[in-house]
Amino acid sequence: MPTTEPNRAASETAFVRGVAIAPRPPPAEMTGLLAWLRINLFSTPFNILLTALIVLLLAWAIPEIVKFLVIDAVWSGSDREACLAYVQHREIGACWPFVSERLPYFIYGSYPIPERWRVDVFFLMLAGGIVWLLWPRAPRRDLGAIYFFIVLPAVSFVLLTGWSAVGLEPVDTVLWGGVLVTIVVASVGIVLSLPLGIILALGRRSRMPIVRLLSVMFIEFVRGVPLITVLFMASVMLPLFVPEQYSPDKLVRALIGIAIFASAYMAEVVRAGLQAIPRGQYEGAMAIGLGYGQTMRLVVLPQALAVTIPNIVNTYIGLFKDTTLVFIVGIFDLLRTIEVARIDPKWATPVTSTTGYVVAAIFYLIFCYGMSRYARAMEARLAKGGPR
Amino acid sequence: MPSDLPAQPRPARVAFYNDPKARSIAYQIALCAVIAFLVYGAARSAIDNLARAQIASGFAFWNHTAGFDISQTLIEYSPRASTYGRAFWVGLLNTLLVAGIGIVFATIIGFAVGISRLSSNWLLAKVAGGYVETIRNLPLLLQLLFWYNAVLKTLPDIRESITAPGGVILNNRGFFVPVPRFGDGIGFVVLAFAVGIAGAIALRLWARRRQERTGQRASILPVTLLMVGGLPLAVFAAVGWPVSFEFPQIGRFNIAGGIEILPELAALVFGLSIYTAAFIAEVVRAGILAVSRGQTEAAYSLGFRAAPTLRLVVVPQAMRVIVPPLTSQYLNLTKNSSLAVAIGYPDLVQIFTGTVLNQTGQAVEVVAITMLVYLIISLITSLIMNIYNRHVALVER
Repeated sequence: MPTTEPNRAASETAFVRGVAIAPRPPPAEMTGLLAWLRINLFSTPFNILLTALIVLLLAWAIPEIVKFLVIDAVWSGSDREACLAYVQHREIGACWPFVSERLPYFIYGSYPIPERWRVDVFFLMLAGGIVWLLWPRAPRRDLGAIYFFIVLPAVSFVLLTGWSAVGLEPVDTVLWGGVLVTIVVASVGIVLSLPLGIILALGRRSRMPIVRLLSVMFIEFVRGVPLITVLFMASVMLPLFVPEQYSPDKLVRALIGIAIFASAYMAEVVRAGLQAIPRGQYEGAMAIGLGYGQTMRLVVLPQALAVTIPNIVNTYIGLFKDTTLVFIVGIFDLLRTIEVARIDPKWATPVTSTTGYVVAAIFYLIFCYGMSRYARAMEARLAKGGPR
Repeated sequence: MPSDLPAQPRPARVAFYNDPKARSIAYQIALCAVIAFLVYGAARSAIDNLARAQIASGFAFWNHTAGFDISQTLIEYSPRASTYGRAFWVGLLNTLLVAGIGIVFATIIGFAVGISRLSSNWLLAKVAGGYVETIRNLPLLLQLLFWYNAVLKTLPDIRESITAPGGVILNNRGFFVPVPRFGDGIGFVVLAFAVGIAGAIALRLWARRRQERTGQRASILPVTLLMVGGLPLAVFAAVGWPVSFEFPQIGRFNIAGGIEILPELAALVFGLSIYTAAFIAEVVRAGILAVSRGQTEAAYSLGFRAAPTLRLVVVPQAMRVIVPPLTSQYLNLTKNSSLAVAIGYPDLVQIFTGTVLNQTGQAVEVVAITMLVYLIISLITSLIMNIYNRHVALVER
């Protein structure tokens, strides 16, 4: 084959192929399912071993889980007898009648039954506000922010605690419980921590030494101690530091603790965002004669907050998980209502605890996973530069 | 000096209330005044409230007899004779114990999962990813309660204890593991071990110096193993195996002998290490991804094999990214160990802000001491971190 001088060969030959030969298909072992399996699962002896081990593990775990949750599960019954292995003479999985009977308690706690529509309205209003604020193409998101951060808290407060003047029966917060309390604690933390965090972050970057010192001390102190100790501080120390007649109720004290804790973490997130804004932005704002407040409100913060949205949402995920800690200072959040219900003699069986925890796990997974998907989507949007 | 320019009129003085300096001083004075007012008000009501509730103040309670029992004590403690101060140390040691064990396990699981997520094995990467996504999105408290109430507390009771291989006994009162008892001559073994380690270090130094001088690599692994493992073993045999294991025995109501691991401790270690491992896995993954592929390819093209590439090129660069967030995860684990209070493990928070606070009523002092302990731990850690960072930065340039 004349491979060395193709040009001369081409010029001397009468016939030259003008059209390229169609490419041959790749070798069979490089395409299709088999090739995918070979490359991704069985590429080396070690990988074959790993794959085998994981398949064994999954083959053991998945049927066990399905068996517990579906096949062996009890679907109807009125008390613990239905979920006891030695009464039913069979293996017992999840005890679902326990959940369906206690579901109102898990959602509303001991909130008076005729007043529970108020909680439903609160949930709906909150869901509406969240969609308005988070959906990037929703109309008038500025109004949405006002609704979410000002109107919603005020209306919810009146709605949930009650106000005799408008015909709403007052409901003491000790009766609140379950998902209601979890959502209230999380939303108060979310609504308060952002503005407080922004103030603290600006304080930490301020040129005034005393302001800076106080902000740094507050942030580092709160971040250096566990949330439980902050909650203990709020629930046992706070009542000492205010005159007796103004002593806030238990739920409010826990909310103060959560807000303090969340705002310190939020401050660090916002500070990272502020640091990402180039100096030129400040100088440009100064050059066109904006004051400090205007610079921050119109130039710096909109940019800084936009780049930190993923981190802010991640902080919210942490906050949402941390709301479970109010359990320890005696607030009836979702986890605590499950703890109370699972040892109730009417339903106490060996499987009740696990069933209750599965319900809680699904609840937290849906919310936290949803938030983390949102954060990731926003991150992707920011990376693309967003629509102009 | 151009003196022929017309003299400029002095700029008009800005009114003092428009002067940024004066303003900033005024703001700060106002802030101080507000804070002083709040502190004063808080102190006044605290004095009133304490006097009304007849609660003592000050730290005199530290030396009072505690009078309550603690289920796990690493140092000597008796409810009748020991003071609140002693109870504090017991709690602190228990916190450090669970944090120490948790950190070891979390690191091992976390590195394994983090590396697995980047594995070329599709199934392994997916399973590791599923682990991280699930565990990170569930509250730690829920996980602790699950391990404690749904797993460890549903183990059979004493009479039907599960006997695991190696003489370990499992039941709903905890894990009971055999404990080795050493006889005479164990000192020689420890000495031999120390000599072996010193020898191994010396050998390593010598091998490295020789490689730097001549370029010849010495394979030091067999000799190192012989010195660290073989020497103590030989001495152990020479003094006649002075060790016996004390196995836990199931009695009618109790289990005698062995070391008892409380179910609270086990649940806390499980929960903390599995939870923190998910976060460490993300740290490790980010660290490895931060080392560009070019580094690996360059090492390959220089003729390095996979293992030395990882050890000499990738890991040292990844560690620089991994270590700072890793430390903050360790710190989180230590702080999260305070959730022990929910399942009744006697850690610092459970003993101090739980029992001691209830008995003395001295909320301010007790909470302040507890917070101070965690603050000191945080400060020491960040101090060490700063030193490490400086060290790493020096290596870099």
